[in-house]
Amino acid sequence: MKNLSKDPINLVVAGVGGQGNVMVSLVIGNALVHEGYFVTIGETYGSSQRGGSVMSHLKISAEKQFSPLIPEGQADVVLGMEPVETLRVLKSFGNQNVVTVVNPRPIHPVDFTGSGSGYPDIQSLLGQIKSMSARAYVVNATDEALKMGNAMLANMILIGALLKNSLIPLSERALVPVIKDMFPKAVAANTKALKAGADLVSILN
Amino acid sequence: MPNIDMDAPGSNQLFIGNEAMARGALEAGIGFASAYPGTPSSEILGSLSEVAKKRDIYVEWSVNEKVAIEAGAAASFAGVRALVAMKMNGLNTVIDFLSTITLSGIGKKGIVVMVGDDPSAHSSSNETDSRPVSKWLDIPLVEPGDFQEAKDMMPFLYGISEEFGTISIMRSVTRIAHARGNIKLGEIPKIAHKARFEQYLDPAAPMPTPIMCVPSSFRHMFQHMRMDKVREKFESCSFNRYVGPDKPDLLIITAGSGWLYSQDAVNALKAENRIGILKLGTLWPLPEKLIKTHLSKADKVIFIEETDPFLEGVIMEYTAGFSPESKRNLFYGKHTRHLNSFGELTPDAVIKAITSVLDIKYAPRDAEYMKKVEAVPQGHVMDRLLTFCPGCPHRASFWAIKNALAMDGRNGFVTGDIGCYTMALGPAGFFQTRTHQCMGAGAGLANGFGQLSRFGFNQPVVSVVGDSTFYHSIIPALVNGVHNHSNFTLVILDNGATAMTGFQPHPGTELTAMGEPAAQISMENICRAIGARVEICDPFDLKDTTRTILDLVEQDQGARVAIMRRTCELVRQKKEKKPYKMQIDPDKCLGEDCGCNRLCTRVFRCPGLIWDAAAGKTRIDEVICTACGVCADICPEGAITKEAIA
Repeated sequence: MKNLSKDPINLVVAGVGGQGNVMVSLVIGNALVHEGYFVTIGETYGSSQRGGSVMSHLKISAEKQFSPLIPEGQADVVLGMEPVETLRVLKSFGNQNVVTVVNPRPIHPVDFTGSGSGYPDIQSLLGQIKSMSARAYVVNATDEALKMGNAMLANMILIGALLKNSLIPLSERALVPVIKDMFPKAVAANTKALKAGADLVSILN
Repeated sequence: MPNIDMDAPGSNQLFIGNEAMARGALEAGIGFASAYPGTPSSEILGSLSEVAKKRDIYVEWSVNEKVAIEAGAAASFAGVRALVAMKMNGLNTVIDFLSTITLSGIGKKGIVVMVGDDPSAHSSSNETDSRPVSKWLDIPLVEPGDFQEAKDMMPFLYGISEEFGTISIMRSVTRIAHARGNIKLGEIPKIAHKARFEQYLDPAAPMPTPIMCVPSSFRHMFQHMRMDKVREKFESCSFNRYVGPDKPDLLIITAGSGWLYSQDAVNALKAENRIGILKLGTLWPLPEKLIKTHLSKADKVIFIEETDPFLEGVIMEYTAGFSPESKRNLFYGKHTRHLNSFGELTPDAVIKAITSVLDIKYAPRDAEYMKKVEAVPQGHVMDRLLTFCPGCPHRASFWAIKNALAMDGRNGFVTGDIGCYTMALGPAGFFQTRTHQCMGAGAGLANGFGQLSRFGFNQPVVSVVGDSTFYHSIIPALVNGVHNHSNFTLVILDNGATAMTGFQPHPGTELTAMGEPAAQISMENICRAIGARVEICDPFDLKDTTRTILDLVEQDQGARVAIMRRTCELVRQKKEKKPYKMQIDPDKCLGEDCGCNRLCTRVFRCPGLIWDAAAGKTRIDEVICTACGVCADICPEGAITKEAIA
């Protein structure tokens, strides 16, 4: 464990229910606690579990236990598993210093398909995400995960992208025991996904 | 889910509050645990069930909360520490039992009720605050302020329960019960539980326990004396503590998640030198002397607590008895509208309340960034409405109910109940559900509607319940309906699990909470034994299901039953691969020109179907679609096809 340049680090993981939001926060949280940090995680859950907007708030501290909710405008890092959800979180929790990692693969809401007005233009969404972040990174996590044979691996690819840019105080080494513990039958695939995330992530232009 | 019984005392782990409470119960040496699932309390018993055999304790998912608490009390009566868990709605259903065990006293070993409250009703039909029950019924109540306390309070509370001979309550809220944080593990003792029932002298009364005496007002008197002794104990309890300056400008009195938010708020406002925080862990009986000492430190006092102004009310009531010269405080909180008495607390709400009382300026973001926030077009962050999972049998069931009621043509409606299928109030279930109260209420209401034909009522009534709900509280309503010739159709959505709370077993499933073979109780046999006509269908067979419901509805007399049997999709996909290859033939999909008016994406609305506005066709999102095949049967052009995968 090391002292953090900002304490706590406030990380929001944003996505759509069913994508694996809780799993992402658990992987990161467990690894950080084993490294000696205090971690508090608050999640939206329950009836918003499937198909709804979901997010996890993680507060990472070397000093103390913080509350499970991040106040308005106080995110340091946003991990966006879906573009509309990334923008939604930036609206509430973004600020001039926030760093964002986004998976550009959309998940269409049912009410939207119902009204027929279509999903917002991806380039326009990404442009807004970029303008509302101090730095923004993009990683085609779902596309790569599908190539690897399982859409759920997108989550580990996104975590790999976070690590690559040192956005949370974790190394790949710290994640290995957590992957072994949480996914004993898929250690190789998850480790590969972690590396793929580090290789694929690029600055959003 | 972490292994809550890991043998690693002193190590740090990341647990949700519920797991911390379960670990605390193990460290307290419980021998018996019972519960009915309900968010946010379910993981307490869920995590205990995974270690029950290894730790040689008995763990049970009970048919409902009332049986759970009575079963737990029996363990206490026979000298085994018992834990009972439920959500706040469950606590409401056990009030009658609580009101007598609080008088009768308990056995030689303690019993603790863990109640999970759900402020903001994230996953509930109300947001009741359970704390007033402690004052109403004279029951000691504690509330953990963080994850470590959620664990550490358990052995303490069993000590209280046994020293004073009373059932005790731990209240937690969603943001502790379902949030995650660090806990340092303690030791789990090895206890050889020995159960034997005998009466013994109540530690707080010259009477045997656990029997009521007549008149029970004697017991009531002794219960008040018992609570006075508990109050003395709470005065010096380390779960109550103060942080801040000796003479703060503002004293925060808080408990539960409010403790963490208050610290965050003081931190964000850099007001550590101006604000003191009195954090209470023992909420009832109120540690009055401790509170009086801290009230003398500050003129201004604000209460930060979830949901109701409970501490605000009881502390202001207590200070009303002060002599005029010791009344110095100005009280702020929910009664002054600095905070809401509905919806959950947030750090922002606490910051706003403090800045208002102390007149501090606080702007979380600069003006330039706020301009960017305001410039985001509304359509870019559209709402995502609640819906059933892709492949959920409930979507098909409600599709069939909707069509059957439309064919019947008498403006029939659904009385709803508690489960995933509550979402049928909205577009997920095509707005079929028109009433929504508590567990079992839909069938009770149907009983009443079904007797109103003498007053001209002629609408078909369909009570829709889940399988776990059926066992929990529907059986008496069906008995009543058959016995009294009430006119309604009961539809049981049997997906083989208590799906909404995490797939816990129920009396119709194969295994007990301990993972042992259960005596499966057949719901059709129960219904037939009561004397109801019973039809069983597969909701994915839309044609047959619709015809069966229409036939039952048109019977128009007596209470009759349809069981819609199809495994929860989330359970199925853990065991099996996709059954079909789903495709849409773009030549056959007529899009906006089709007479169906986009039935699949505009009305049926499975998340796996996407309206491709550019192409003017429907397409399938392969990441989302679970290949249940139902949409192939609703497309009038046959554009959606399912091909079985061998």
